[in-house]
Amino acid sequence: MSARALSLVIGTLALAGTVRAEVEAANPYDTKLTPTQISALDQLVFARLQRLGIQSAWTCSDALFVRRVHLDVIGTLPTPEETEAFLADKSMHKRRDLIERLLERDEFADYWAMKWSDVLRVKAEFPINLWPNAVQAYHRWIHRSIVENKSYDRFAREMLTASGSNFRMPPVNFYRAMQKKDAEGIAHTVAITFMGARADKWPDERRKGMAAFFSQLGHKSTAEWKEEIIFFDSAKPVEGTPVFPDGTAAKLTTERDPREVFADWLISPRNPWFTANIANRVWSWLLGRGIVDEADDLRADNPARNPELLRYLQAELIGARYDLKHLYRLILNSRTYQLSSVPRSTHPEAEANFAFYATRRLEAEVLIDALNQISGTTEKYASPIPEPFTFIPEDQRAIALADGSITSSFLELFGRSARNTGMAGERNSRITPDQRLHLLNSGHVQKKIEQGPKMQALLRSNDGLKKKTTALYLAILSRYPTNEELKVVEGYTQPEASAGADVAWALINSAEFLHRH
Amino acid sequence: MNTSTFSLTRREAMRLGLAGTAGFLLGDRIIAAAPPVKAKAVIQIWMWGGPCHLDTFDPKPDAGADFCGPLKSPIATNVDGVRICELLPLLAKQADKYAIIRSMTHGNNGHETASYMVQTGHKPGESDAYPCMGAVVSHFKGAAAGYKGLIPPYIVLTQPQGRFDEAGFLGSRYKPFATGGDPAKTPFVVEGVVAPGVTDERQVARRELLHNLNTFNHAAKGDPRLAALAQCEKEAYDLILGDAGKVFALAEEKDEVRDRYGRSTFGQSCLMARRLVERGVPYVTINYNGWDTHKQHFQTMNRKLPELDQGMATLLQDLSERGLLDSTIVWWGGEFGRTPRVQWEPPWSGGRNHFGNVFCSVVAGGGFKGGYVVGASDQTGEAVAERPVSPTDLIGSMYDLLGIDTEATLPHPQGLAVKVMPAGADGVTTGGRLREIMS
Repeated sequence: MSARALSLVIGTLALAGTVRAEVEAANPYDTKLTPTQISALDQLVFARLQRLGIQSAWTCSDALFVRRVHLDVIGTLPTPEETEAFLADKSMHKRRDLIERLLERDEFADYWAMKWSDVLRVKAEFPINLWPNAVQAYHRWIHRSIVENKSYDRFAREMLTASGSNFRMPPVNFYRAMQKKDAEGIAHTVAITFMGARADKWPDERRKGMAAFFSQLGHKSTAEWKEEIIFFDSAKPVEGTPVFPDGTAAKLTTERDPREVFADWLISPRNPWFTANIANRVWSWLLGRGIVDEADDLRADNPARNPELLRYLQAELIGARYDLKHLYRLILNSRTYQLSSVPRSTHPEAEANFAFYATRRLEAEVLIDALNQISGTTEKYASPIPEPFTFIPEDQRAIALADGSITSSFLELFGRSARNTGMAGERNSRITPDQRLHLLNSGHVQKKIEQGPKMQALLRSNDGLKKKTTALYLAILSRYPTNEELKVVEGYTQPEASAGADVAWALINSAEFLHRH
Repeated sequence: MNTSTFSLTRREAMRLGLAGTAGFLLGDRIIAAAPPVKAKAVIQIWMWGGPCHLDTFDPKPDAGADFCGPLKSPIATNVDGVRICELLPLLAKQADKYAIIRSMTHGNNGHETASYMVQTGHKPGESDAYPCMGAVVSHFKGAAAGYKGLIPPYIVLTQPQGRFDEAGFLGSRYKPFATGGDPAKTPFVVEGVVAPGVTDERQVARRELLHNLNTFNHAAKGDPRLAALAQCEKEAYDLILGDAGKVFALAEEKDEVRDRYGRSTFGQSCLMARRLVERGVPYVTINYNGWDTHKQHFQTMNRKLPELDQGMATLLQDLSERGLLDSTIVWWGGEFGRTPRVQWEPPWSGGRNHFGNVFCSVVAGGGFKGGYVVGASDQTGEAVAERPVSPTDLIGSMYDLLGIDTEATLPHPQGLAVKVMPAGADGVTTGGRLREIMS
């Protein structure tokens, strides 16, 4: 086939497998095909890359995409069946269709509730001290809001203006889930949560002006153990003068809860903090780094790398009436998101300008769920503290755990969020030697490989080496092995019983498995 | 004025209370000049759940059965005038090595908040969560002090406690390495370091396989995250295959030594802690659970106190014989004490509740003088009678002995200038540093 004919095919048709092989890149991660259109979003990204003289990566291969999009949207590895079906699908819109299906999966709500529970500090123990009952109520409310695709402005407003019992009116837990519960402490938390602003860097006056809106918050306990009522206590005087963080003074009336006045200011489309913060958060959740970095550090002297891009996302969100799924679709379908993780530029600014998809270590919860899925094992999660004890069904996945303080040495070791302050940096997905020891050499992981029913069925099947190896690759790395890899496996001489387990072990310990990429 | 003011005799020390308070008043100026560094390491015996002060180091035989239950005959120790619970006979023979603080107080009865206060020295309700002492020590005595070696500088035997985040704002890098496994079993399977059933040959072979199958690494060469992964792998294998990991091989110890410590998980954890400190690890926590005795309190004491007695007494003696006690602080204590008045009524039927108003801690070595009692509780152990000591006072004293400046700045993720534990961190006024027992 001539080059000209080839480019014609690329431009117009979904490609047949034979043609694909000719344009496939030198590794299993890239494709020189461009299955996505350049969107308005991409134009903003690529224009900047061009200005900086940075070459973007190739587009990611289908195999890479199916794994990446599952991990990013539902925090879950694709099953071998899902991977094979996707790879065999000849439809031109298969990526878009997969994105749509994933956005409707149950795990989507589980996984995004986990992210929000980091921000909203869902944890029974110190210093949050929500206690188990309220943790469950709060988490269920967050989860339901995601299932219903509640618009983001309503989601925020319901929390900010909530009154009632922590058990019966779950969003009031927003006000309980912080260590410092006075008006300034609340202002601090509201600023980081909804404005991506660190109030400790603000001038005193601005912080105090914002705190005034929260100074009439009342707390009272009831006869039920650990129940607490949060309410607007009009008998309390307003402390200080309520001034919005943008400097405009607010007028309060005695009948109206000042939190409502603040919430209305906050969620107004004219308030740039609100939309910039959420657009930036969503971007960083999907691409691993904010347009403003860190994702919750919006301030004049920490400007966006690509201000046009951020403004575009804000406008899209407002246009879609704060429907976050609109933003997810926009980003996931973009060519920018679908770039390969293999960079083609060593420019120091390449990563910060999204010239390739940045690899990140899997989060603690996603990693343990993936290990369990591959091996057919489960983890026991329980919390003997505080009372009442929390017991969790054996098949519970870690991404669906409500309580950030549930006892789990694995989740601790792999840097789940401490949920002490709700700041993005509290989740740590950097690798440490202790983590490496655990993955390479712990009884915990070894047992999953050597005794996990799914892994055992796979290793003990009567299939030939090639078929077994392929099955391992599909289960662990969500792709087919290359010929070179098959040769390496064939050449691995260990007693039959341990050879298969060692291949599984090697794939689980590979950078490719441990990272989203 | 000089420190000789405080070289009290033991008998004088027994009348402390007053002397202690005076010591504080005079002491503040003295120690303001950089104190000599005495301690290099800490072994923290964390009495998870809150041990009863009356039934350990602050017996109240005269308070009657409603307070003492069956434990009403405390025994003399090798220090004149000091008596402790009759179930601690071996520790009674080591009393010249430790000081008992009988007036610890913070007033909080919630496990999680009390644990935080006792282990960080900070009061709750701040906008940040502070790191606990182990994380702070591992910072100053670990990376910041050029600590090298593969054994992590902050180790927990065997499970993390989970009531609060030990690393606080320092972040997960400062969390303790939890060994997992059970040191009372052979081998002691330290998660990740010891893998029973995998030979060294197989370790080497499969490592090579891993390198040969690392296709993504080759494609994305130069990625800093992959470089970090490779570095961690190297360190991990140095520990798996090298000599450093042998510190966990308790079987290297003579049977006679292991027997002396007691073959319980706690006893062998004490032995393990000694081995780690010997190798230069600056902070070891033994998480010793089972002290939250709302029910069956006295049955539990009968079962557990002999185990505590044997392990801890042997640890003190062994450290002392090896010349390690002078540079190692042994800190015994939990998050609070327990209600002095026994709850005989159902459903407790002889239990004790949480009690933050008064409790005991014990410190030995590393510059703490043995054979002393600091402060006192009242006749029933329900209130502090003399020389209240807050967790801040105690931790501050340990920091002084370790040469850690409590006014020094800790690394903070948002770059805030946060001090280790400035004066008044606990928000209460108490007796200050424990000068009366610091040499």
